[in-house]
Amino acid sequence: MNTQTDQILPFAGILEQAAASLPGADLDWVRAMRIRSYDRYVELGIPTVRQEAWKYTRLKTLEDTVFSPYHGDSNQTVDVLPGIHAASGAGVRLVFVNGHFRADLSNQEELPAGVILENLAATMIRDSNWLESQIANPLLGAAGSLESLNAAAMHDGYVLHVAKNVVVVKPIEVVFVGGLSEGPVASFPRNLIVLDEGAEARIIVHQCSAGTDASFSNTVSTVSLGQNARLSLATLQEEGDDATSVSTTQVECARDSAFDSMTLSMGAQLSRTEQHVALAGEGSSCRLDGAYLMRGSSHCDHTTLVDHLVPNTTSNEMFKGVLNDESRAVFQGKIVVHPDAQHTDGRMLNKTMLLSDRAEIDTKPELEIYADDVKCAHGATSGQLDETALFYLRSRGIPEAQARNLLVQSFLGEVIERITDDVLRDTITEKVVGWLPTGGQSS
Amino acid sequence: MSATVETVDQITDLADEKYKYGFVTDIESDTLPPGLNEDTIRFISAKKDEPEWMLEWRLKAFRHWLTLEEPDWQKPKFPKIDYQDACYYAAPKNMKDGPQSLDEVDPELLATYEKLGIPLREQEMLAGVAVDAVFDSVSVATTFKAKLEEVGVIFCPISEAVKRCPELVKKYMGSVVPFNDNTYATLNSAVFTDGSFVYIPKGVRCPMELSTYFRINEANTGQFERTLIIADEGSYVSYLEGCTAPMRDENQLHAAVVELIAHDDAEIKYSTVQNWYPGDENGVGGIYNFVTKRAACRGRNSKVSWTQVETGSAITWKYPSCVLLGDNSVGEFYSIAITNNRQMADTGTKMIHIGKNTSSRIISKGISAGKSDQTYRGLVRMAGKANGARNYTQCDSLLIGDTCGAHTVPYIESKNPSAVVEHEATTSTISEDQLFYLRQRGIDEETAVALIVNGFCRDVLQQLPMEFAVEAQKLVGISLEGSVG
Repeated sequence: MNTQTDQILPFAGILEQAAASLPGADLDWVRAMRIRSYDRYVELGIPTVRQEAWKYTRLKTLEDTVFSPYHGDSNQTVDVLPGIHAASGAGVRLVFVNGHFRADLSNQEELPAGVILENLAATMIRDSNWLESQIANPLLGAAGSLESLNAAAMHDGYVLHVAKNVVVVKPIEVVFVGGLSEGPVASFPRNLIVLDEGAEARIIVHQCSAGTDASFSNTVSTVSLGQNARLSLATLQEEGDDATSVSTTQVECARDSAFDSMTLSMGAQLSRTEQHVALAGEGSSCRLDGAYLMRGSSHCDHTTLVDHLVPNTTSNEMFKGVLNDESRAVFQGKIVVHPDAQHTDGRMLNKTMLLSDRAEIDTKPELEIYADDVKCAHGATSGQLDETALFYLRSRGIPEAQARNLLVQSFLGEVIERITDDVLRDTITEKVVGWLPTGGQSS
Repeated sequence: MSATVETVDQITDLADEKYKYGFVTDIESDTLPPGLNEDTIRFISAKKDEPEWMLEWRLKAFRHWLTLEEPDWQKPKFPKIDYQDACYYAAPKNMKDGPQSLDEVDPELLATYEKLGIPLREQEMLAGVAVDAVFDSVSVATTFKAKLEEVGVIFCPISEAVKRCPELVKKYMGSVVPFNDNTYATLNSAVFTDGSFVYIPKGVRCPMELSTYFRINEANTGQFERTLIIADEGSYVSYLEGCTAPMRDENQLHAAVVELIAHDDAEIKYSTVQNWYPGDENGVGGIYNFVTKRAACRGRNSKVSWTQVETGSAITWKYPSCVLLGDNSVGEFYSIAITNNRQMADTGTKMIHIGKNTSSRIISKGISAGKSDQTYRGLVRMAGKANGARNYTQCDSLLIGDTCGAHTVPYIESKNPSAVVEHEATTSTISEDQLFYLRQRGIDEETAVALIVNGFCRDVLQQLPMEFAVEAQKLVGISLEGSVG
């Protein structure tokens, strides 16, 4: 571990060191985008707690550890790959190890006609013009520091393009495996999802660690939904204790399209999941759900921003979590109703249960409203297990530990029940049950 | 029902009323030329005949202030304030030696207060409210002094308290809002000119409502008053504050500091009806109301309740807060903020729970109309040792028209599993159904809106002492005038 002073910018010089080995080195627009983004990153620096958006989350690991992108061989053996629908070997799946695409572990067959699913480097070769038009989408706004760093250093990621009126019935699973290296490794996945008019797809993203080395991943995903398109995206964050993971997802919804997201955070030393949804077409809607289960000294941060840009759009957010030991969770949600975005319906709920007296929750549910005929509400609560409910269960002969677990499970049940995919819902329920403390517990 | 009819009548009466407090009183005043440096502070201190320690404290604050940068995180943005361009001392000329009794007070000044609706003399008769009136920078009259002294209550201008009970002032001033708290509080610590001082001794229930009326009269002056209220063990006091200013097309700064200290079993109820000049409909002029208000519930079972009705000021930027240190202490915050035209408000509260079983309640009602912009910003913090602490927050916003903004920025931080925090917020508009219902009963649109808004604010209006509740209801009507149709 190297100790750095605050003045040294992490990843300084990353572009010169790696430019040649990064995909798209022969494409002018990619080179220009990398240079422009790197300059912006240098200008902005790594976010600090002095910035409002990062008030509660400190990227401490970047201060004490020097991470570098993985350059070793890409044939590491991965023992068990997580999969829900795609149990090892079957189903559609893309696998990335330390940020590098592994064709040998992936399966891109069985996809209906009109669907392109490949890694970013492959798209750069196959259809660079289309990629440029999608990645440089002006509506997505000025990039923040970490997004700029990603754009400068991105090496691979998944690209999904579903053509007009094509419905992808089977879920697509994408697995990111980190920590399989010697020394701290950084990865910068860049993903792109484009659903044309009337298209539908489901994606399940697994973020996990196979090795035990420190890892830093900085992911940016861009989602563009055409008229009437539907995307459901589930992210399962189960990385190891040495992982630091930040991700930003930018979503743009056209008329009558719908974006559904479910984030399960139960891994990583520090994770920050940031989602920005722009409801840009009338009748569009989004649902952002999340469950977090934290223990040890881990930290998770869910930050959402929903922009209601036009009339008649709907957003609904529910994040619920349970914190044990010295863990800490942050929820920052913001709903912005722009002028003229009348008849907006925006809802946001964050509930947290603290199981330990050293755990901490910091919540900031924000509303920013510039239109008068709207319905917006948010709520936030924090507390512990309901003693009366516990007593009720115990009085019926249920042992304390089991009663506590039942209550925690039912607390999270409210958000888990909103998952429409039965298999996914059962898997997540199993994971929650597995997380619950087995022994007795005192508070 | 009769109350409702009354409300409607009042509002109808006031339909044509604009900002009625916008007059200027023509009295000679003793004003320091604009500018701010150590000499200004020495001048103010000498004028007040202050002891050396007070001057030192002011200078310490001033030197610290010079090192500070102005914050920029707030929602209302405004051009940089030129501190050298304002006057830091303006006093009605005849007041140099301080009035000994009401008879010595300039009759013109008394007439001003009468216009404002606080006839000092009358009030003396009516065993009602004891008033300390602050005109520009100087406290001009304190009524009912004798009566209060009988029970041991000290209610006097703070400049007098510095001389009369320096040990109390020394002990408590700056103990809740330290001199280096924030830019405006630090500036206030350096240049504060007057304000009210209240001390309620052990076990005394203050026999009447105490009240201060603030008025900015001189052009180009800032007003920096400081209020310090100490409620000793088992005592109770209810304190009201009201504010007005003449209509001017420049922005004037009002940077006050209010410190409340509640000891064991003591209770302080602090109500504000803030109606500084809000500027005209194009946003020209008006008061910048940047106030630091904080209460320390130091004792067990102590209680502090803030109630505010904010209708005036071009920009209101304040967070009356409670630090709940004593076990079982209680903090309350009830707020109505109304912004119209181009007014901006960024207001809310902070409830810092430190003691065990502390509880707090926040009810905030924001109404935006015209082209105004309003933000509720609040913090609820449960410290690690605040076992059994409880908070309930409700903030509702009402938007009238599609050119205004309403924002809610709550911060909730909990480090204690047994602490329960609940927060709810809603934003809505005046429902067409309600409006239609009232209109079909022959109530005109403006009155109907005022009625609905009064209903929306009910939870908070009920917290106000009676006479102020009536004034507040009227203000709700006036402030929203011209916002519909």
